[in-house]
Amino acid sequence: MSSNKPDGLLVADTLEAAVLTHRGLPGLRTAPTGSPSGRRGRRVLPGFNLTLGVTLFYLGLLVLLPLSALFIKSFALTWPQFVAAVSSPRVLAAYRVTFGSSLIAAVINLVFGLLVAWVLVRYRFPGKRILDALVDLPFALPTAVAGISLAALLGPNGWIGQHLTPLGIKLAYTPAGIVVALTFIGLPFVVRTVQPVLEDVEKELEEAASSLGATPFQIFRKVILPAITPALLTGFAMAFARAVGEYGSVVFIAGNMPMVSEITPLLILVKLEQFDYAGAAAVASVLLATSFVLLLAINGLQFWQRRLHGGRP
Amino acid sequence: MNTVIQAARRNDADAGARWVRVALIALAVIFLLTFLVLPLAVVFSEALRKGVDAYLKALADDDSWAAIRLTLLTAAIAVPLNVVFGVAAAWCIARFEFRGKSVLITLIDVPFSVSPVVAGLAYMLVLGAQGWIGPWLMEHDLKIIFAVPGIVLVTTFVTLPLVARELIPLMQAQGSEQEEAAVVLGASGWQTFWHVTLPNIRWGLIYGVILCNARAMGEFGAVSVVSGHIRGLTNTIPLQVEILYNEFQIQAGFAVASLLALLALLTLCVKSFLEWRHERHARRLALTAADARPAGTQAQASNVPLRAAA
Repeated sequence: MSSNKPDGLLVADTLEAAVLTHRGLPGLRTAPTGSPSGRRGRRVLPGFNLTLGVTLFYLGLLVLLPLSALFIKSFALTWPQFVAAVSSPRVLAAYRVTFGSSLIAAVINLVFGLLVAWVLVRYRFPGKRILDALVDLPFALPTAVAGISLAALLGPNGWIGQHLTPLGIKLAYTPAGIVVALTFIGLPFVVRTVQPVLEDVEKELEEAASSLGATPFQIFRKVILPAITPALLTGFAMAFARAVGEYGSVVFIAGNMPMVSEITPLLILVKLEQFDYAGAAAVASVLLATSFVLLLAINGLQFWQRRLHGGRP
Repeated sequence: MNTVIQAARRNDADAGARWVRVALIALAVIFLLTFLVLPLAVVFSEALRKGVDAYLKALADDDSWAAIRLTLLTAAIAVPLNVVFGVAAAWCIARFEFRGKSVLITLIDVPFSVSPVVAGLAYMLVLGAQGWIGPWLMEHDLKIIFAVPGIVLVTTFVTLPLVARELIPLMQAQGSEQEEAAVVLGASGWQTFWHVTLPNIRWGLIYGVILCNARAMGEFGAVSVVSGHIRGLTNTIPLQVEILYNEFQIQAGFAVASLLALLALLTLCVKSFLEWRHERHARRLALTAADARPAGTQAQASNVPLRAAA
C-alpha cells in the first residue's frame, strides 16, 4: 500500500482506512488537511506570539486570577475552621441534595439521551429535524426562564401539575422538582456526544453479526454499546458536572428549604448575604474542586474515545 | 424449503423490529415534548394569558425597559471581547504546535464547568469591598461590584469559551495550507487573516457569536451574585424576570422572559440553518469527488463531522 498519498484527500482507499482505523491508527480521511506549520521546522504563519499572548493574558486575568482568589480566601480560615465550614449539617445536607439530584438527573439523561440519539440517528419520522434542533434548547434558553416555566408547568395549577396533584404526586417545590430542572438543563449532553459516534458505527459489523445469527439485542449489547460507551460516559459526566453547578433553573422550582431542598450554589449565596465571605469561599472551593475533578474525568473520557475511534473527534 | 422458513423468520423479525421502532420513536418523542416543547409553550402561553395589550404593557414598564437596555449593553461589551479572544486562541491553537497546548485548551473550558454562582463569588473576592483590590477601587471611587462593570465582567467570564470552542475545531479541520500560500505569496499577517482565514471561518464565527450572545443575555447565577439587584440600575432581563416572578406578577415575568425564549429559538434556527448548509456543502463535495474519481474509491465525505461539538 502506498504511503505517498497526497494529503488533503477526503477520499481514502476504503480498505486502507478501515485497516488503519481497526488498528486504532487514524485513517487517512481524518488526517488534518494541512500539516501544522511547526512540523516543517520553521513557522510560516505569523502571529504566534501575539495570539498566544492575548490568549494567556485574557485567561489569566479573567479565569486564573478570580479562581485563585477563591482558594486563597478560603485559606484565610484555619484548617479546623475550614473543616467546620464545609461540613456543618446544613452544608452536608446541601451536598446531598446537589449531588444526589444531579446523579439521578444524569442517569435519567443517560437513558433517555441514548434513546433520543438512537431514534434521531437510526429512524426517519415526520418532525425529526425540528426535534433534533430543539434538543439544543437547554443550551440556548436562559436558566431563569427554564426555572419559572418548569415551576409553572409542575405547580398545582400547571398543565402537568394539575393532573399530578389528584394522584398525590407533588413535583414543584420538592427535591423531585430539582431533579426535573436538572434533567432539563442536562438533556443535550448525552444526545450530542452519542449522536455523532452512533452515526459512525459501521453498519457492516452489525450486518456481519446479524448474519452470524445474533439477535438485535445481542447486536446492540456486543457491537454498538462498546463503541458508544466512552461517548455515553462523557455525556453523562458533562450532564452531571453541569447539574452540580446549576443555580438559575433550580431555585424557582426547589422550594429552597434548608436541609431538604437547598442546593449548594444557593447555600453559597445565603452565606454571602450573611456576609460570611470566608464560609462562602470555603463551600465554593469544594464545589470548584469537584468541577476540576469532573473536567479532568471528562478530558480522560474524551481521550479514551479518540483512541477507540482512531483519531476521529 | 429452507429459504421459505428463513424468509418467514425474517418477516417475523421485521414485524418485531417495526413494533420496537414505533415504540422507541414514541417514547423519545414523548420525552422531548414533555421536557422541551411544553416548557417553551408555557412561557408564551403565560405571557399572552391576559392578551397582547397586557403583554406589551409589561414590556414597556420602565424597570423592564431599563433591564433590557442593560442586557443589550452587557452583551455589546462581553461578546466582542470574547470574539477577539476566541479568534486569537483559535489562531494560536489551530495553527501552531507548542508545549502545554492541551492544558491551554482545558483552561479555556474551565468557565463551562465552574458553577456560575462560584464564578460570581470569585469576582466578588477580587473586586468587592472585602476583596483584593476592592479597597483600592473604593478609594478611587470606582464601583465594579454591585454595578454595571461587575455584571459585564462575570458575563464575559461565563461566555468566554463559546467563540473559541466553535472556532478551534473548525480551523483545525480546515488546515493552514491556504494561509501558508497567502503568506508565501507575500501577504501580510493581517491581509492573510482578513482575506483568507475570515472568509473560511465566517459561518462558525457567526454561530459562535450568536450562541455567545444568547448566553450573555441570559446569564443569571453569576450576575445575581454581583449585581446587587438595584432596580432600574443593575437589573438585567433574567434578574427582572426573577423579581417579577417573586412578586407574583407572573404574567409580566413571563412576558419579559418570552424575549429571552424568542432569542433562544432564533439561536436554534440559525444553528439549524448553518448545519443544513454544511451538510449540503459536504454532500456536494462528495458528489464531485465521486464524479472525479474512478469507481472503487468511494467518496466518504459524508462522514466529515457535520456537527460542531455544542
